[in-house]
Amino acid sequence: MNLDLELARQTFLTESRDLLVAFEDGLLALEAAGDGVPVDAEQINAVFRAAHTIKGSAGLFGYDAIVAFTHVVENALDRVRAGTLAWTRPLGGLLLDCRDHIDALVACTAERGETPDAAMRSRDAELLAALQQILGGQPAAAAVPAGVAAAEVERCAGDCASADTWHISIRFGTNVLQNGMDPLTVLRYLGTLGRIVHVTTLLDALPEPAAFDAEHCYLGCEIDLASSEDRETIAGAFEFVRADSVVHILPPHSRLAEYVELIRSLPEDDARLGEILVAGGALTAEELDVALGRQAAADLQAPGAHRPLGELLVDQGLVAPAVVETALDKQQRARDPRSSGGEQRQLRIRADKLDELINRVGELVIASAATALLARRNKDPELHEATAALGALVEAIRDSALNLRTVPIGETFARFRRVVHDLSRELGKDIELELSGEDTELDKSVVERIADPLTHLVRNSLDHGIEPAEVRIAHGKPARGTLRLDARHDSGSIVIEVSDDGGGLNRERILERARERGLVRAGETPGDAETLKLIFEPGFSTAPAVTSLSGRGVGMDVVRRAIEALRGSIELESEPGHGTTVRIRLPLTLAIIDGFLVGVDGATYVVPLDNVVECVELAGATAREAERNGYLNLRGRVLPLLRLRAHFGLAGEPPRRENLVVVSYAGLQVGLVVDRLLGEFQTVIKPLGRLFTQVRGFSGATILGSGAVALILDVPGLIAAGQQAARSVPGLAA
Amino acid sequence: MSKALTAPRSAAVPAASAESRQFLTFAAGGETLALGILHVREIIEYGRVTAVPMLPAFVRGVINLRGSVVPVIDLSARLGRAPSTIGRRSCIVIVELPESDGERRELGLLVDAVSAVIDIPEIEPPPSFGARMRPDFILGMGKLDERFVVILDPTQTLSLDEMAALAGNLDAGVNGA
Repeated sequence: MNLDLELARQTFLTESRDLLVAFEDGLLALEAAGDGVPVDAEQINAVFRAAHTIKGSAGLFGYDAIVAFTHVVENALDRVRAGTLAWTRPLGGLLLDCRDHIDALVACTAERGETPDAAMRSRDAELLAALQQILGGQPAAAAVPAGVAAAEVERCAGDCASADTWHISIRFGTNVLQNGMDPLTVLRYLGTLGRIVHVTTLLDALPEPAAFDAEHCYLGCEIDLASSEDRETIAGAFEFVRADSVVHILPPHSRLAEYVELIRSLPEDDARLGEILVAGGALTAEELDVALGRQAAADLQAPGAHRPLGELLVDQGLVAPAVVETALDKQQRARDPRSSGGEQRQLRIRADKLDELINRVGELVIASAATALLARRNKDPELHEATAALGALVEAIRDSALNLRTVPIGETFARFRRVVHDLSRELGKDIELELSGEDTELDKSVVERIADPLTHLVRNSLDHGIEPAEVRIAHGKPARGTLRLDARHDSGSIVIEVSDDGGGLNRERILERARERGLVRAGETPGDAETLKLIFEPGFSTAPAVTSLSGRGVGMDVVRRAIEALRGSIELESEPGHGTTVRIRLPLTLAIIDGFLVGVDGATYVVPLDNVVECVELAGATAREAERNGYLNLRGRVLPLLRLRAHFGLAGEPPRRENLVVVSYAGLQVGLVVDRLLGEFQTVIKPLGRLFTQVRGFSGATILGSGAVALILDVPGLIAAGQQAARSVPGLAA
Repeated sequence: MSKALTAPRSAAVPAASAESRQFLTFAAGGETLALGILHVREIIEYGRVTAVPMLPAFVRGVINLRGSVVPVIDLSARLGRAPSTIGRRSCIVIVELPESDGERRELGLLVDAVSAVIDIPEIEPPPSFGARMRPDFILGMGKLDERFVVILDPTQTLSLDEMAALAGNLDAGVNGA
């Protein structure tokens, strides 16, 4: 397949997905409003637009299955919009099913390039039959988007062309063919939007035969189209050639002035263009005369100066300024349909380009740190100052580069509206979803990988957490259950919480189950936190019945592993009768961290600066106390110590004065005993690779200014290892 | 000699080509061994290897290879001999291995010395026993004049899955002690 077409197809895929999300959001919002309430015009319009655009783009690629199906959906939506079809819950449900089917069709035809199989076709027929029933057996095509045409076309007496056709002028860019687009395809597609009344092909741009390049396109067309579609749809036909080509679209009954402007803006001879317009039936000969005469008069008034035509008309008192502004505004919107509706301007960038940039920035960070190191060693104050300034800039660039890859978590959260909607219906529970902290941003790669674990947690809460309404009422709780998703930043990590106001975890049952599975020995009673942690063990489930949702005991174990793979951690809080909160802690980025360098036995290690609380010199009485006890009295608090030298099994004698780095993670503080403190260092995380996947204690590696590799200490892993080691100390219960 | 020798990047050359009969010979653990040249990407001087604690002896550490972190395997220790001692001629042979997921991974092999690239026209099947190493590590026995040289099977000898599992076991052992 042609590369550009492949790119266009990718764009279609991404856009369709986005549109399907908008479609779903709109439907869910409508549904939340409830039956009988007048439909929110903005919402239904958004849904309609989404369906409409998917249909249009699919048509461009010839995905007929998508076009045919979406068309019927669009008709139903249009009738809701026009108020001739009442909004009901069953209709909403059906439309959601239709959305899923469109999604499946897009995946099947556009992504995998297959034709829909029998199962899909029967689903197609089933949904269409259901839709037809709601539409009252009317032929699907009967619905006419009435409102649009009326809104788009401004009628004004006298000053308008009498023809009721759209007039489209297109001058294809020379690169159109090279970009994999065929002008004929565009025209054919245009033909599906209405009836092409007249086409004049302009060959004026054709060069001398000697200069003719067979790969270039020199064509232009003047088209008259009879169509009831709106301007956006017609403009959509030119979506893929718009960038290179000049396209003018005039609605039916446009003001003559607009034709004048059109004639002026095109490169061909004015009179010839005028003739073409007359030939196509866009203008009558009389109207052309009026228009051209007016243009000539305007030129006379301001010879040489190219004042905008609109301005001239206003000066002449022909048109009220407001009308011109509306017209200009409308033009603006037609040129860039996506800028309307307050949507943010966005740029689509290929992810690998971004990754490459971030890798380069990573190298830059390393190089800058190395330069700073050299400058410090040379003790040249000016050089030192210069590198400091450079360092600050590099840091700023690093932050914005990483920022490019961050996305608000809201998108992921919004997905759960549908999950909650569908599941609560399936379970027969009334559950409300509350979202907060949607603006919290985190790395795109993290967002992608957090969706599945979150789904597991949400399903768990809905299925086991929140009780049926009767039980809730009996416990004096509101019948409607609440599931809350929250995200926030917390000291260098992001915290995501999934909480419900359900029955909480049943400790008895967890213990019982754990004993059955041999995870806890009979007669042993672990502490509360340990008990709750048991549910993260593989194959653990307390659900009495295996439902389609959960209870198979694969959930929490998978969730924990997914979170740990992201260098995150997961914890549980549960109050019987009041609900459960699952708290996920994730690093902000997977690429770069601020590190603190420490030396142990000739090697350098990096402690993530976010984990470092303070540094203490171990000398004198403190050192002796630490040596003897394995813990330290730090301002009245007991600080457990982890001797890295011993933990890593390194030979060699420790120096006379050791140092202590106090690290904290998830509320736990531990002192790491190291040989030397080497200062802060910005560092790019390099993955350690598959060989080291089973090794605990290191989360990655980084390259120092000297070119040597330093290992990044995994503080949570070290703390866990320390706790594990403590548990196996002889003399304690094994 | 930071780059004494570079070989083509790709191992996807048809097996019948002349290159596929070429082998790099080197010394490790007091023995001459051979490795198909198509697996060898480059040979670098031994230097600046960062040790990774709590790992079996055959994992020597990691090096910085033009910005990526590449593990270095002590071949002698991996073959069940004593760990190598670093000498003047110690080298790291960078090999590239296709992975099950289709990616290619780089791995450094610490060897005592690199000898030469040779043609081995005749390859005998490995002996069923008697070699001083695991039979599945041996791809075949190359006939060189009157003696045999062991040709290593890189996918077995340097199986990341197996080595990662070994590394994990040792780690658990250390922590449990």
